[in-house]
Amino acid sequence: MSGNMNLTLKVWRQKNDNTRGKFVTYQANGISPDMSFLEMLDVVNEDLVRKGEDPIHFDHDCREGICGMCSLHINGRPHGPKQGTTTCQLHMRSFHDGQTVVIEPWRAAAFPVIKDLAVDRSAFDRIQQAGGYVNVNTGGVPDANVIPIPKIIADEAFESATCIGCGACVAACKNASAMLFVSAKISQYALLPQGQTERYSRAQAMVAQMDAEGFGSCTNTGACEAECPVGIKLTNIARMNREYLNAKIFKEIEVH
Amino acid sequence: MLDSKVPVGPLAEKWSKHKFNLKLVNPANKRKYTIIVVGTGLAGSSAAASLAELGYNVKAFCYQDSPRRAHSIAAQGGINAAKNYQNDGDSVFRLFYDTIKGGDYRSREANVHRLAEVSVNIIDQCVAQGVPFAREYGGLLDNRSFGGAQVSRTFYARGQTGQQLLLGAYSALNRQINKGTVKMYNRHEMLDLVTIDGHARGIITRNMVTGAIESHEGHAVLLCTGGYGNVFFLSTNAMGCNVTASWRAHKRGALFANPCYTQIHPTCIPVTGDHQSKLTLMSESLRNDGRVWVPKTVELAQRLRKGELKIADIKEEDRDYYLERKYPSFGNLVPRDVASRNAKEVVDEGRGVGASGVAVFLDFEDAIKRLGEDAVRAKYGNLFDMYYQITDENPYKQPMRIYPAVHYTMGGVWVDYNLMTSVPGLYALGECNFSDHGANRLGASALMQGLADGYFVIPYTVGDYLAGLGFAPVDKNHPNFESTRKAVEERVHKLLSLKGNKTVDDIHKKLGHIMWEYCGMARNEAGLTKAKGLIQELRKEFWNDVTVLGENEEMNQSLEKAGRVADFLELGELMVDDALNRRESCGGHFREESQTDEGEAKRDDENFSYVSAWEYKGDNQPEVLHKEVLEFENVKLTQRSYK
Repeated sequence: MSGNMNLTLKVWRQKNDNTRGKFVTYQANGISPDMSFLEMLDVVNEDLVRKGEDPIHFDHDCREGICGMCSLHINGRPHGPKQGTTTCQLHMRSFHDGQTVVIEPWRAAAFPVIKDLAVDRSAFDRIQQAGGYVNVNTGGVPDANVIPIPKIIADEAFESATCIGCGACVAACKNASAMLFVSAKISQYALLPQGQTERYSRAQAMVAQMDAEGFGSCTNTGACEAECPVGIKLTNIARMNREYLNAKIFKEIEVH
Repeated sequence: MLDSKVPVGPLAEKWSKHKFNLKLVNPANKRKYTIIVVGTGLAGSSAAASLAELGYNVKAFCYQDSPRRAHSIAAQGGINAAKNYQNDGDSVFRLFYDTIKGGDYRSREANVHRLAEVSVNIIDQCVAQGVPFAREYGGLLDNRSFGGAQVSRTFYARGQTGQQLLLGAYSALNRQINKGTVKMYNRHEMLDLVTIDGHARGIITRNMVTGAIESHEGHAVLLCTGGYGNVFFLSTNAMGCNVTASWRAHKRGALFANPCYTQIHPTCIPVTGDHQSKLTLMSESLRNDGRVWVPKTVELAQRLRKGELKIADIKEEDRDYYLERKYPSFGNLVPRDVASRNAKEVVDEGRGVGASGVAVFLDFEDAIKRLGEDAVRAKYGNLFDMYYQITDENPYKQPMRIYPAVHYTMGGVWVDYNLMTSVPGLYALGECNFSDHGANRLGASALMQGLADGYFVIPYTVGDYLAGLGFAPVDKNHPNFESTRKAVEERVHKLLSLKGNKTVDDIHKKLGHIMWEYCGMARNEAGLTKAKGLIQELRKEFWNDVTVLGENEEMNQSLEKAGRVADFLELGELMVDDALNRRESCGGHFREESQTDEGEAKRDDENFSYVSAWEYKGDNQPEVLHKEVLEFENVKLTQRSYK
């Protein structure tokens, strides 16, 4: 473990969605390699507050890599240089003394900037609201063990369900496509028996909302998969395309 | 006099009979009522969705950018349910008994039994929603065992059970938002409760993007706002977790119960330095296969810390597996409070490990030998990765270092059997209330309680209250809305006028040190008395010397933080008062003056078998204690023993 580091930060500052933003340079001195990236920003912010300057605003909450609230484009990569890691779990040992670190918000038309590095990701919520559920009410459901689900299927559904909804896939994509995010949810339900009855209407509704929100198209580049902090696979997109195609063909026979 | 409204009759029949006796609201009339739900974790999301399904109008609020971010998402280990799928002797009564005992006989029998009863429905509900629980090769659900229990009743989804359950509840909530039955307000923080004639009739919120201070009216208000562990600054809670909603409700008349009951979780990653912003928990399911140890002697521990010895140099006979030694029948699976206190004890003796000496080992060497590295990876892979990520040490190759950290608060807003607080029309669900875990919560029971309250309790009990109200809409022009909104605005402006030399975090960290030192894993009269004075001084320092930047009409994280810390500074003193009053040890509350010869927590059932419910009497006034006497008709109170 090396000693403390001094870094130069170039941080995107923007008062709100209606004002033009710009990069502002800050020095982050005496940074311990054991700090998380957000703790490094905490240190910078404490300095700013002491100087009477508005701290850098960024979204974060659990700081355990699971809530999906932290974001940040760091040196051109969503969630920074380390693969399979959210910004809150990125540690300063991934950087070196004297390095310049460029920090930007997610860049996507569907994710407008609220302030500085915080963006509005409510488009993701609206896509989930369009169909990301099984239509069951509380109560009156069968015993949990009535329908056996092969372990391999349950595990695969879990792999899709593990998406944290951070938006790194959109930020990584040159078209700002949300296909990886949407396909993860569609896959989870397409795999499980509980999701079968509405699989086609779900695929159509979620895809339609995704398009309405202004996310771009998928060109199978795979940047989303490469940058996803929780390893959501590109095969989900293939499955979503299949679901969507089947929906076009079979929609009529689905009972409502 | 506090009326818990626990129904009469045999324990196992109370809830069924009570459900029958509760008044119903006609389906056609439900839409005439509006219910406000604050917080969208397991309790809030499940309640909002279930109530909307019934036909009520629901307004739901969360401070995060999406309801899916609530901190329930970070729960790792699992959720208990008395399914007895494993044929190992589990039953509703056993889950009830374990929870009462685990809570060190400081919870209400009837509430806990109801929790155990509905636990089985939760699993059914979640599976129907498409929650991908872990399964056996035959396709049926898998279970594991958890601390404080001798049966395998914990359902799980790898180490991400909370995430999967919350996303299930979030999906149910989304379905209702789409139908227009729930109106969702993201990035809104509740800053006060509006009462009319003593009844909860609305809330005041701040839009965290625009700064707009808004009034929202409803026939009932549900607080599902989680716990107050962040009073310690460092805890496993999310950065935004706060007590503000409950504390504001407390100041409007809701009694606050057992604030001193905090849970210090034994398996967290130790602190590394002053920069640390939070602590990371690792599921206690790790204790199923990991063995806790420290070197037998102080001398060996010192040499290890200095790097003169490597871990491998410490021979098997020089390792003290102290939990296995002291508690042969439960071993590493003793309840959280016992495991935490024992870790503190060996560290205080000077046998701690790691550079700071404030840690113990959790060793998987035996498990890897027995099961193979792949099997261990399949069970705990994400936890091992997380540990590796944070510490830069590979737990497959060397033991983890762990130390206890603040994790959960058993205390909270006082509620009766219907989950109603002492303010009519105001309810508290999930961690936010005090009701089910007594003085210590067992592992995998928080998820169970949050979902039990939201899916299966509140949909019945809130109707009983609403049915007695009539259909008149809440008068949003009532002067109390305006006066409460004004009070919130004034407070916001007061905070923004603070232009001192300290940052909010400076004060918060100081508060955390005081709480951890004097109101943490062990407490005594002298320390608590000292802490009370220190907190009062710190509160003055906050209002005199803190600086809050920016303006209200924008996203302003300085302002958000300042408001929350101001409330923690008041809550902290009440926690100390409560700890001073309770001159017994029980569960997570360890008073050094009250211990057995073996150093275990010693209860005083004669004098303290009650819930402490505190009433706010005005700023800087002592709060008034109300007692709800706990009656045990079905379990015999014994000194807890996990030997």
